Amino acid sequence: MKVLMFGWEFPPMNTGGLGTACYGLTKGLSQNGVSITLVLPQAAADTGRFGFLKIRNANISNVKVKPVKSAMVAYMSPSDYEQYMLKMKGRKSIYGQNLFEEVERFARQAAIIAKEELGEKGEGFDIIHAHDWMTYKAGMAAKRVSGKPLVVHVHATEFDRTGGLGANEYVYGIEKEGMEKADAVIAVSGYTRQKIMENYGIPESKIRVVHNAIDKDDIPWIGSLDHGKSSGSTKTVLYLGRITLQKGPDYFVAAAKKALEADPNIRFIIAGSGDMEPRIIEKAAELGIGHNVLFAGFLRDEEIHKAYRMADLYVMPSVSEPFGITPLEAVMNQTPVIISKQSGVKEVLKHCLQVDFWDIDQMANKMVAALKYGEMHSELQRNSYEEVSKLSWSKSAQGCIEVYSNVIGGMRTGW
Amino acid sequence: MVSVCFYFQVHQPVRLRPYTVFEIGKSNSYFDEQKNREILDRVAKKCYLPANAIMLELLDKHPEFRVSYSISGVALEQFMRHEPKVLDSFKELARTGRVEFLDETYHHSLSFVYSKPEFIEQVRLHNRLIRNLFGKSPQVFRNTELIYSNEVAAIAEKKVFRNTELIYSNEVAAIAEKMGYKGVLAEGADHVLEWRSPNFVYKPKGARKISLLFKNYRLSDDVAFRFSERSWSEWPLTAEKFGNWISKANGNGNIVNLFMDYETFGEHQWPETGIFNFLKKLPEEILKHPDNGFATPSDIIRTHKPVAEVDVPRLVSWADVERDLSAWTGNSMQQSALQQIYSMETAVKSCGDAKLIEDWRMMQSSDHYYYMCTKWFADGDVHKYFNPYDSPYDGFISFMNILNDIRERLKKAGEEKAMKAALNAAIG
Repeated sequence: MKVLMFGWEFPPMNTGGLGTACYGLTKGLSQNGVSITLVLPQAAADTGRFGFLKIRNANISNVKVKPVKSAMVAYMSPSDYEQYMLKMKGRKSIYGQNLFEEVERFARQAAIIAKEELGEKGEGFDIIHAHDWMTYKAGMAAKRVSGKPLVVHVHATEFDRTGGLGANEYVYGIEKEGMEKADAVIAVSGYTRQKIMENYGIPESKIRVVHNAIDKDDIPWIGSLDHGKSSGSTKTVLYLGRITLQKGPDYFVAAAKKALEADPNIRFIIAGSGDMEPRIIEKAAELGIGHNVLFAGFLRDEEIHKAYRMADLYVMPSVSEPFGITPLEAVMNQTPVIISKQSGVKEVLKHCLQVDFWDIDQMANKMVAALKYGEMHSELQRNSYEEVSKLSWSKSAQGCIEVYSNVIGGMRTGW
Repeated sequence: MVSVCFYFQVHQPVRLRPYTVFEIGKSNSYFDEQKNREILDRVAKKCYLPANAIMLELLDKHPEFRVSYSISGVALEQFMRHEPKVLDSFKELARTGRVEFLDETYHHSLSFVYSKPEFIEQVRLHNRLIRNLFGKSPQVFRNTELIYSNEVAAIAEKKVFRNTELIYSNEVAAIAEKMGYKGVLAEGADHVLEWRSPNFVYKPKGARKISLLFKNYRLSDDVAFRFSERSWSEWPLTAEKFGNWISKANGNGNIVNLFMDYETFGEHQWPETGIFNFLKKLPEEILKHPDNGFATPSDIIRTHKPVAEVDVPRLVSWADVERDLSAWTGNSMQQSALQQIYSMETAVKSCGDAKLIEDWRMMQSSDHYYYMCTKWFADGDVHKYFNPYDSPYDGFISFMNILNDIRERLKKAGEEKAMKAALNAAIG
């Protein structure tokens, strides 16, 4: 089977673990004998954490990466783009105008690439797979010129990204059109499938859930797993993610304040950056817990895994998380997790503590309990590691392959 | 002659409420009154009341019919407080003289495994409650410490004793015998019975007078677990079919022990499955065979001599496929919780605070530990019946927070005591 796949990776846009998931699925599909032509914006292909370089280094066969030249990246690195986004804060849209232009340009290029790839016999690929709204237009264009079926993969919706406040009409329009024109929709969780049905009016029979995963070899070797935890009486609770409304950092800080009332020997680390960062720093100071809350800034690669490993507890307090790969990463570094019930990852991770993101009392209660009761901490550590070890991108890829086969076979119902 | 021996377990724990770390030292309110009442009310309506009505009808219709129950003290307390109709219906059953009530630990606890003195006290508490409510076993017992064998030997003799979750070993039999019981019930697990049939009366190893009845788990589970299982090759299970299976025991034993949770009727198996009609028709179908009859555990022990001795050196229970204690003690959270609650025993009992002792005992109900079980949890399994928690970890957190509050109360009680003593000494 041959797939023409459209991906996207810019750090501010990778909500829903888009980059991680694209990389994982590509790897998994390749392991299952699927050939992939992966079309990415030039920046992602060159510098993206999960882009071309990583795929080449990971020795993945059957994958051809096609970069699309773009005007924007010529003058804008991902971190410049982030600065740009911060400047855009306060305006109506969370997206820059250039991004929309970029999306359109990507779609025009996609049509040309699709034609080239299809070949004279029309056998260059069997199916088109597009990840999130930035690539839906490209996917639809490719479908138009090739006549091949389209699968769109929903890693996040506009409602998750905006926390339900002020969804962008243009983005919503593209999402809806993409899902409607697609022959099948893949959702990263049952939680997301529900949102797709409710907010986009897509029938359940057209949506198939394929959960994200993690592979053991996605965790870089940074020494033995049982090292890194603090041995003293001070315990560390980690938040790692973008500091934006969607990720719930304000609830995290409020819970931290409460937890410190029961146990003053806790250190909270917030790793990441985002538009709410100044507000969160201020809030910590306002609450009088500034000296207990440390800001680690934006971490990359091995630093991320070191952070997981030195933490005694990882918390993902997201307001709405279509999936949430970070808890899986924490677990694979032997760190127990508290996750928001408003997430997709809870469908594959049972051995964890769960809270409603707004329930600060329970979040604080569970933080303190997880650190206080060692026997539970070690049960969580062991059981979640065992549970998550059973996941793999190869298995997730098999879910995608089933969708491909059903679509190609023209059987859309009965999933 | 095959005697069918029905024994139904009736128990509802007093569930804990989500008690946070912030309440430790500040709140003594541990139990989820609302949830407990809701569940009790639901089960009373769905199971206890309609099932008891049917039993009464059956006793009226068939003079041969017999049935027995073990009702935990914790459940009886809740009936007294919130569901007097349920209690009345059990009393009505008792008045027929053909319904037997068994003894167990009052708090449905694992005390046997962790503290023999506590175990014996709880059995005694239960015995007294049953006697008061149902007019059986007219002997008086007093709470005392340690010299149990002499005192407990005074427990009324014609009683059959069933330990929590059918937990049984040679030692259970030895203690029960010392306490004066005539018989003990146990799970008829394969690894215990091996080639033997559960359809005979046995004698515990080393016992002199006491008899041992084993659950026929195949036939019991056909009703309790498989009744509505459509993928089961015998579905649907009719009273006629089941009556025939029981008759087949003729020649291969003389009793069929059908032991199950009473909630099987109407709660685990919903009314729509036809479980009540099955129950209504069953005695009639069983009695179609002229050699069949019904008996209570005491009847059986009176009329059947043990055929052989069975050795059960290790504890056996009726839980899960393993039939061991792993549902309550399988992980380190459960082990730690149990170890900690029983390590407080001496301090709790000497504090002189009746409310504290009662709270501590309520924390011993096996259910709390069952909710912490992580076995098969990820597969979304069974331990969910009447389970107030989404996860075993939530159950553990509430339990441990409360345990720590009890610990603080104990500390406070100890300090007050010391203060008084110091004051008295100073006054001279």
